[in-house]
Formats: sequence, C-alpha cells, structure tokens
Amino acid sequence: MSNEKKKVKTIKIDLDKCNGCRACEMICSAYHATPRYSSNNPARSRIRMIRKPLQDVYLPVYAGEYTAAECMGRDKYLIDGKEYDECAFCRASCPSRDAFKEPDSGLPLKCDMCEDEDEPLCVKWCINDALVYEEREEDMEEEVVQEEIETGLKALADKYGLDNLVDTIARMSKKE
Amino acid sequence: MRYAETGYNLEIDLSTGNIERVETDPELTELYLGGLGTNAKLLWDRVPPEVEPFSPDNLLIFAAGLLCGTPAPGANRTIVSTISPQTRYMAFSMMGGFLAPEIKYAGYDKVIFRGKSPKLVYAWINNDKVELRDASHLQGKGAVETAELIAQELGDPNVQVAAIGLAGENRVFMASIEHARSSASRLGIGAVMGDKGLKAIAVRGTKDINIAKPEEFLEFCHEVLQYIPERDSNPVPGVMPILAGLGSPKEMLIHDEKWHTENFMWGNARTRIKDYWTKDVEENWKETQESVRTRLISCYNCPMKCGAIISVPGISTYMMKCFSKLTYTMAAYSDLEFGFKIAQRATEYGVDGFSTPQVMAFALELLEAGILTEEDFPGMPSDNEGRFYWLLDRIVRREGIGDVLADGVYWAARKIGNGAEEYDHNTIKKHEQLPLKLSMLNPIYFLMWATGEKINITQIEGNFPQAPFPTREEREEFVRDWPHVPHEKFKDYFVNWELRGENAFPYYPPVDATCDIVDWQETMHYIDDALGMCAGLSSFPLKPPYHIHNLPILISAATGMELDKDELWEIAKRNRTLVRAINVRLGLRREDDRPPDNHWKKRFPELEAQLLDAYYELKGFNKDGIPTKESLHDLNMAYISEDLEKRGILKDEQREEES
Repeated sequence: MSNEKKKVKTIKIDLDKCNGCRACEMICSAYHATPRYSSNNPARSRIRMIRKPLQDVYLPVYAGEYTAAECMGRDKYLIDGKEYDECAFCRASCPSRDAFKEPDSGLPLKCDMCEDEDEPLCVKWCINDALVYEEREEDMEEEVVQEEIETGLKALADKYGLDNLVDTIARMSKKE
Repeated sequence: MRYAETGYNLEIDLSTGNIERVETDPELTELYLGGLGTNAKLLWDRVPPEVEPFSPDNLLIFAAGLLCGTPAPGANRTIVSTISPQTRYMAFSMMGGFLAPEIKYAGYDKVIFRGKSPKLVYAWINNDKVELRDASHLQGKGAVETAELIAQELGDPNVQVAAIGLAGENRVFMASIEHARSSASRLGIGAVMGDKGLKAIAVRGTKDINIAKPEEFLEFCHEVLQYIPERDSNPVPGVMPILAGLGSPKEMLIHDEKWHTENFMWGNARTRIKDYWTKDVEENWKETQESVRTRLISCYNCPMKCGAIISVPGISTYMMKCFSKLTYTMAAYSDLEFGFKIAQRATEYGVDGFSTPQVMAFALELLEAGILTEEDFPGMPSDNEGRFYWLLDRIVRREGIGDVLADGVYWAARKIGNGAEEYDHNTIKKHEQLPLKLSMLNPIYFLMWATGEKINITQIEGNFPQAPFPTREEREEFVRDWPHVPHEKFKDYFVNWELRGENAFPYYPPVDATCDIVDWQETMHYIDDALGMCAGLSSFPLKPPYHIHNLPILISAATGMELDKDELWEIAKRNRTLVRAINVRLGLRREDDRPPDNHWKKRFPELEAQLLDAYYELKGFNKDGIPTKESLHDLNMAYISEDLEKRGILKDEQREEES
C-alpha cells in the first residue's frame, strides 16, 4: 500500500454567519481579472450568492465542473422551513442556469481555490467567518482502485466467459 | 478607458420613451468627483428655478457614487437627486443596498429621468438593453412587494429593484424610494418618482469596473477591511453604545435604547421621559427585538450588519435599518412591538420613517387642542395605536385630513391655520427633524442644524465627538490615537473642552473653532456623497477607517487622477457651494438658516449671529448666505456667479459699494 498523501482543500460555509454582502463575489472576480485586480464584476465570479432576503435564504455556492447536459430532474431542498431553489447546492456550470459562465463568452468558470494564495480570497474577505478555509490530508488509496477493477472484470468474466473477455481486451488495446 | 466610473449616463425621457446612453465629460469628474457632486451640476445646468417640482422638466437622478462597484468596502450608496416638493430646494436623499453597484455593472454612472409617463411604468435596465415596461398591474402594490413581483416577472433573482409604494404614487411629500434593506426617504423624492409615473427601476449588470492602480488599490481596501473589526472591538469609551463603534448606528444589533428613549422627545417632539429605560422595559424590548429579527444584514461589499430582516408573526417580512425602529414607537408613546409592526406597513407604503410619525403625532395634538375636531377624523378608532394606523392609511391615500397631512407638518399647519402653526415646532426649511429639544445652546450643532442643506443632522455630524468627555485625562487619551484630524488644532479643541465652566457651551468651542469643526464634519460627508461611500465607515463614526488623509490615496488609486488632501477638500467645498447656489437660486437666504426656536431653551442671538457670519465667511458666502463672486471664481464656478448676477441675486459688489 502506498503512503502517498493528497491535500484536500475545503471551505466550510456557515450560512448563519453570512450577512449577504457579496464581498466574496466581488473579490473573486477581481482576483481572476487580468492583470490581477484590474477590474471586478460579480457576474464573472466563481462563487455566487443565492439570496432571497425575505425568505432568509443566504447561500454561497462555488463553481465546480462543467457539465454538458442538465439533470433529468430538478430538486428543491426544504431545510428548516426554507425552500432552496432547484439546483441551489449544485456546483456545476450547466446548461440549466446562468451561474458560473463568463457573461461575454458563456465559457464555464470553475473555482481554483486561488491556487497561488495562502487561502482563497473569498475566505480572506469574509471577515464575518461565514467562509472558513480548512486543509486536511488524505491517503492516496491506489490499491482500492485495483481492487475495484478486478471486481468489475470478474463480473464481466462471469457473464461473458473469461476467453471472450480476454479477446475483447486484446482487440481494444490493438485499436488504441 | 475610464477607471472607477463607467463614463456613461443613461438618459430616459418618460414623456417620449426616448432612451439614450450619453458619454460624460471626464473633466466633470475632476471638478465634482461624481455622485452628489455631478448630480448637483446636472440640476444647476438643466433645472432652472422656475421649474416646479412636479413639472416634467424636473429631473430625477439615480447616481452611483464614484467608487461604487469598486472593491472599496462600503462604497454602495445611490444618491437620488431632484427638486423637493416639500422644501422646494434641492433634495438629495441617499441609500445603501445593492442598487448603485448594479447600475455601475450595467455600464452607467447615473440614470437620469425627465418628463412624465402617461401611464405607470417601470424601467428595466439590463446592461445595454433598456426598456420602459407597463406597471399597471403594480399600481397600489407595496414597495417591497413590487420588488419581489418584478424580480419574478423578469425571471432573474439577481435583479436589483428600487420602488415606490402607494405614498409615492399619490405624491405624498414624505414618500420614499425603497430598495432592499435601504430607502431614500427624505425630502419627498418618492413623490417626484410617482409624479413621473415611474413605479420602479430594475437593474441587472454584468460588465466590468476598472481600477487604475490595481495592486495599490486592493492593498488599501484590504487594510480597511482589517481595521473594521479591530476598531469595532475597541469601542470608544464614554459614548453611547450606538456611537461607540463603526457603522450606521447599529440599531438592529443593539437593544440598549436608554439614550434615545430618555433624551429624544416623544409625541410630536413634545415630551422627554427621563426615567423611561427601566429594567422591565429593557427586558421587554430586548425580547421583542430578538423575536422579530431573523438575520442581521449588510449592504453590498460591507462587513457591517447595520440592517436586519424583520419578521413579525402574521405580517409579511421586511427589512429595516437604523432609527425607524423607534420613530413610530416614540411618536405614539407606545412600545417597540408596535414600532416594528407599523413600520412594516409604512415600508410597503414607502414613507419616510422620520417625518411620517411626527406628522401623525402633530395631527393628534391638533385634535386634542381643538384646532381639528372629531369631524376631521371620521371613523378613526379610539385606541392610540389604532389611530396611528388609521392616519397612516389616510395619508398615503390622500383621503380627507390625510390629504392635508400628506404635505408634511409645515404646509399642513398653514393650510389648517387657526393656530396650527404653533404646533409646527420641529421643522427646518419646511422639513421635519429629529425630535430633540435641549437646554443649553450647542454652537457646533447650532451651525449644523441651521445651515445643513441635506436637512438631516445625521448627514452632517460625525467625526468630532458630540460632547466633551468628563476629564482631561479621558480627552487626552482619546486624541492620542486620532490620525483622522485634518489639522492638529482639532486635538486642542477637544482636549480643552469642558462640561462646565469657561470652556463649556455656549462660548466654547470659540466661534472660529466651531466653524472649523463644522467645516471638517460637513466636508467629510460631501466627500462620501460624491464617492457613494457609506457614512457609517467614514464621515459618521468616530475614528473611522476612511478619513481625509487616506481618501485622496484611495481615489487616486481607483481613478488614476492625481489628488491630494487639499485638492479633495476643495472639491468638497465646490460641491457644497454648488448645492448652496442651487438653493439660493430657489430662494434660500440667511433667514432660512435657523433651527426651530425651541430647539434649545437657552439661546444667544448675538452669538448665533456671529457663528453664522463666521461660517459664511469660511465657506465663501456673503452675509446673506449667498456664495460670493470671488469664491465662485476661485472654485471654477464663474458660470454660477454670472447666472446669480443676471438674476439680481448676487449684486455687483463694486457697483453696490459705489451706490
């Protein structure tokens, strides 16, 4: 088993501490401007506030992976009697909504945790501590991956026979 | 490229539906910065004094301050300017929230409305796409409700809306413009919006705001951000809790209201209740506040929490900030629960939380005095709180006595006559003021109340303590760490200031020192109003993060303009003089620069005259309060002296002397 560790970057989001100021959106867009800080525009931000003040909904969401297709269903969350919009907690830049896309080009945006900085800028600017940065280390568990492949192949061998499976893999590797 | 500002105004003619995007002259930014300054220039140039407030030729300007939409914390104020129907002078009410940055991101520094729409409309500004949309389905709807409906209708939760309620539609002189947790309340600007047939403006912007010196600017902004919690965790000792820290007074956070309830007057600015704040009251009010307050909230890009979401069971949720928490309560001699409840209805109607309760208390005094009779109040309930709700409903609809009261205390008193004028005892320049009646004349506040043209003391006072600390040691301690002063002499003014004896009111601070103190405080507000900076982080509290020494650096880094302290001071003086000139052209003179007669029990007419003379001289006004030709020339505003001379307002001084 390998002893390799990977760093997991986490932003802990405390919704109760959020005052809804959107400094996180502003500073994110300023940090990612070229040259750095030369402009700002919350519409380009990789963090977006979902705000419904009268319902007391204050939810910062970070941009994650781009996805080409939208989900088959749209869910809504009800938490403590507050209704969160469909897709509210989802981080994807996706065809179903405007968030996490460059306003001019429509290209997807993704949070990079402000790689060059000690902590993401949104966290630094959130002095109410609604956003808190945490790092932890996790073991790289490569063996687990091996085991998973074996389990999968065994299932296929059982279904189609080992010979068939070997032939197919040989054909596939030739094509590549 | 333009920095900090967009360089464009949006001009909307509501009569014709014509919409234009107009490039602005960068020289105007150098002379007036933006916000209030450039608003005043527009009003001077385009609204001559003959134009009635409810004329299509009156302008209604929504301006984002120069720094709004930049990363500067707290730069989020919208400055709404027009000619007030109530005072008939320039009105420049301001509000925080999220509108001004959104206007900037949409690509504009100002949205300028002229004309009158034949039917009720709202303006939808979506970057370059701007349209006037039918608002007939929103007629009579509450201001908060309207904002919700428009956001739903446009299908965009990120749209920012400012709207009027029924009061604005009915041209009530106390009508406000409501937006998010904020409102532009004073001087009847909501009435002008209603008169123009404009129910709301809705804005969405996705463009960039550029910064001239990015690294320098950001570093400065981050320092400000770090200073805020540091300063807030070190409250100034010896001052009341709401003034000890930063922010617009944190009425939503703090429940200790001893100072307001025992020093401000109840009813129609009438009664002081010295031992009001008992343990029982304190517990009761604290419980009320905590039970209705859902969350403390801020404006755009500001870490403070001056506002709150208020949910009183059984009525719809709204947002509140600052002192409107107490105005209805105290006008009605009621309690905090009543205050939170009626403020919900008042917010939906869109009325000024300062003036409206006083107008209602004034009406009830007239009834008690027999100047008005039961016949003037048909169907009014007999219980105290019910009467306030009843009056509020009549005023915003301009029904019966409500129609008379809807013009505010000053005009209502004159319409009612029969001695009603006596009960108009708390207005300045025809506008209701904070309910304060004090004993010994305070020379600093005398000048600020008398000459302030924002007609609101909180928009003039600020950086200098309101009263001396009891001991010299405390005062020395306070000035030890006070880099905010424009000049070292201010430290001496404060250290030598005593509660009693020779160095106390009314003859201390001396006349010149008093003028200096007023000038400093007023100057800081005029700078903030041009920048769109919240006074709560700058001109209002003691020892704020922004001050006269660092603001020029901030402005330079944002805009690329070279600017030092003296030049910034001069711009503020120019803006202040321009506002005075507009009002002088509308008839303002020395006799209008006066607080209510009973504001202080002990008055000193001779000293007051000296104070006014000295203040005018410092500001470059003549003895009648009119800016002199010389000072106008010095401030690059010869165009004003030419106009004032042409109108015979400013006499040719040489010819005058010869004759």
